[in-house]
Amino acid sequence: MLSVTWLLIAVPLVSAFVLLLAGRRADAYGHWVGVGASASAFVVGLIAFVQMLGLPGEERATSVHLSSWIPGTELNLDAGLLVDPLSMTFVLLITFVGTLIHIYSVAYMEHDPDRRRFFAYLNMFVAAMLLLVLADSFLLLFVGWEGVGLASYLLIGFWNQRNEYATAANKAFIANRIGDIGLIVAMGLMFSTFGAVDFATVFDAAPQATAAQLTAIGLMLLLAACGKSAQFPLQSWLGDAMAGPTPVSALIHAATMVTAGVYLIVRSAPIFNGAPDAQVVVALVGAVTLILGALIGMAKDDLKKALAASTMSQIGYMMLAAGLGPIGYAFAIFHLVTHGFFKAGMFLGAGSVMHAMNDQVNMRRFGALRGAMVVTWVTFGLGWLAILGLPPFSGFYSKDKIIEAAFVGEGWQPWVLGGAALVGAGLTAFYMSRLFFMTFHGKARWTDDQHPHESPLLMTVPMIILAVGSAFLGLILASGDRFTHWLEPVTGHVEHHEPVLPVPVLIGATLVLVIAGVALAWLKYGGRDVALEAPTGSLAAITARNDFFQDSVNRAALQRPGQHLTRTLVYLDATVVDGAVNKQARGWAGLGEASRRLQNGQVRSYAATMLVGLVIVALIIVVGGR
Amino acid sequence: MNPMNYVILASILFAIGSAAVLLRRNAIVAFMGVELMLNAANLSLVAFARIHDQLDGQVMAFFVMVVAAAEVVVGLAIIIAVFRARQSISLDEPAELKG
Repeated sequence: MLSVTWLLIAVPLVSAFVLLLAGRRADAYGHWVGVGASASAFVVGLIAFVQMLGLPGEERATSVHLSSWIPGTELNLDAGLLVDPLSMTFVLLITFVGTLIHIYSVAYMEHDPDRRRFFAYLNMFVAAMLLLVLADSFLLLFVGWEGVGLASYLLIGFWNQRNEYATAANKAFIANRIGDIGLIVAMGLMFSTFGAVDFATVFDAAPQATAAQLTAIGLMLLLAACGKSAQFPLQSWLGDAMAGPTPVSALIHAATMVTAGVYLIVRSAPIFNGAPDAQVVVALVGAVTLILGALIGMAKDDLKKALAASTMSQIGYMMLAAGLGPIGYAFAIFHLVTHGFFKAGMFLGAGSVMHAMNDQVNMRRFGALRGAMVVTWVTFGLGWLAILGLPPFSGFYSKDKIIEAAFVGEGWQPWVLGGAALVGAGLTAFYMSRLFFMTFHGKARWTDDQHPHESPLLMTVPMIILAVGSAFLGLILASGDRFTHWLEPVTGHVEHHEPVLPVPVLIGATLVLVIAGVALAWLKYGGRDVALEAPTGSLAAITARNDFFQDSVNRAALQRPGQHLTRTLVYLDATVVDGAVNKQARGWAGLGEASRRLQNGQVRSYAATMLVGLVIVALIIVVGGR
Repeated sequence: MNPMNYVILASILFAIGSAAVLLRRNAIVAFMGVELMLNAANLSLVAFARIHDQLDGQVMAFFVMVVAAAEVVVGLAIIIAVFRARQSISLDEPAELKG
């Protein structure tokens, strides 16, 4: 069975091609082909998972050789898949959440004339994402990495008839490109250090490499992860990526693609284990992003952008955990899985709200939707409870473990990293409650033409399933450390470490901060009227509302100098390089122009020329003969 | 008689011939100029043969005559063809080959 795991990638890929090539003929049934492809990938994944469960832990990693890819002496690379507990976790997450979102999209995109194309891109994304997580070498991973980037670009710009949406797609693509440079450079460093880019060889040889080499590779991998996962300082594209249809935001920009960076770090664990400096940087990047994202989330009035900021912040938690080393890897992936469920569920809920409110995203125009949309309210509420980290919902088990792990260590690190994680939990509670109360509670602030209604079953059923997952998945996976044991063959067995503060104190502090955040949000937004226009607010609020001016910073620090540089280069190219060639050409043309005059077609002038020549020759002979 | 006089006569003839070629527009006259130049050359060849007491120059003169005869045939044929094409034998008119 494990040998047919290539079907996981092939089925959605073929479906994507069929849908794209069939054209309008497939409009009537194309979306169900897309759903079927995703669902069959899930079934294949599930069967492989059941088979894997039957094996003892150390035998669960299987390599599937596909074909020889780059035969050579210096670099000999085969294309193959690596099926182990880590990639299996992703396969199940991607195909399960992906299939639910496919089903949801059938109804959500019902009135879009290009629904078939949408499903083709979604299938393409699923195929590329599965390739990313199943690849057995960095190069094949890179193919999937680029594939998801392409799918993300196509889907963000799906409504590219709107200019700003097309711009948002470009922005995401270009920001990702910067990260891709990191991955390419990392592969180059691996090739020069180990002479290979496949996981097995690189990870076997990693312990023998020097810390400096590993740190360089690790930092480059971190750059790649920052681009893909919207981590500081490459985070600016994620907010604009919300231009895509909401199911895309749920699947790509919340549950799966943006977590690829975390996967990359965890997968490259043997490299990071030998590079403590790189690990600290990873953890710090995660800590900075989790606070930054939370602060942005607190100020946004756009429902989807607030959720995007929250995604950024939660991935910051995962990065922080991944940067902690072996004690954090399993928790990073655990949080990734639970986050995939509750955030996808909340995005689908946001889509349901938008569906009901004529695509309105301004939360100041919502309010009191709980009466009109009971299913959306309850499912969103379960996601909200999960992200808050209240027991017994999923987020409690995953996030609390990360906070505990962040407090393990010596010196300044546990206090800074743990402190950030702890404060982040309080901030998360505030902005998620603000979002929840502004949308579903308080007084109705709808415009006159808005008549909210519950979404059709095709949309609510996936939301219900994801909400159930958000509520109970954490408890199921955490009981008896099931998930940690499941990942042990990949992340390694870790002895229990004691945090610098006692665990009950940490749990208590987290819960107090969370409840304080919720209470504050209720006081400000739940129990009181919400202004229709955002108040100007303090400098801090303005800063956060404008994404910490990251666009301006990028423009001033990167875009403008880049434009000046390219303009200078274009000028130099035009004047020096092209100039030399053009001037030379112009010289030859002038010479031709001059000699053209000699060919005037007048026979007698030719004769005169010949005579003059003859006389000159005669003179030379006569004079020279003397 | 000083054979050098023949050389001088030949150069005068050559000058007249080349002037005819360069100055006259009528193709027939220009053609006659060419013939005159050839014959001037012939005359000087014969004169030099005489001066040096060798036969080489005279032999060369015969070759020139043969070539000139052939050239007349070709040249007149071209002039007739040009006349048929454009009802004129002016040398200045056919200028299609100018660059």
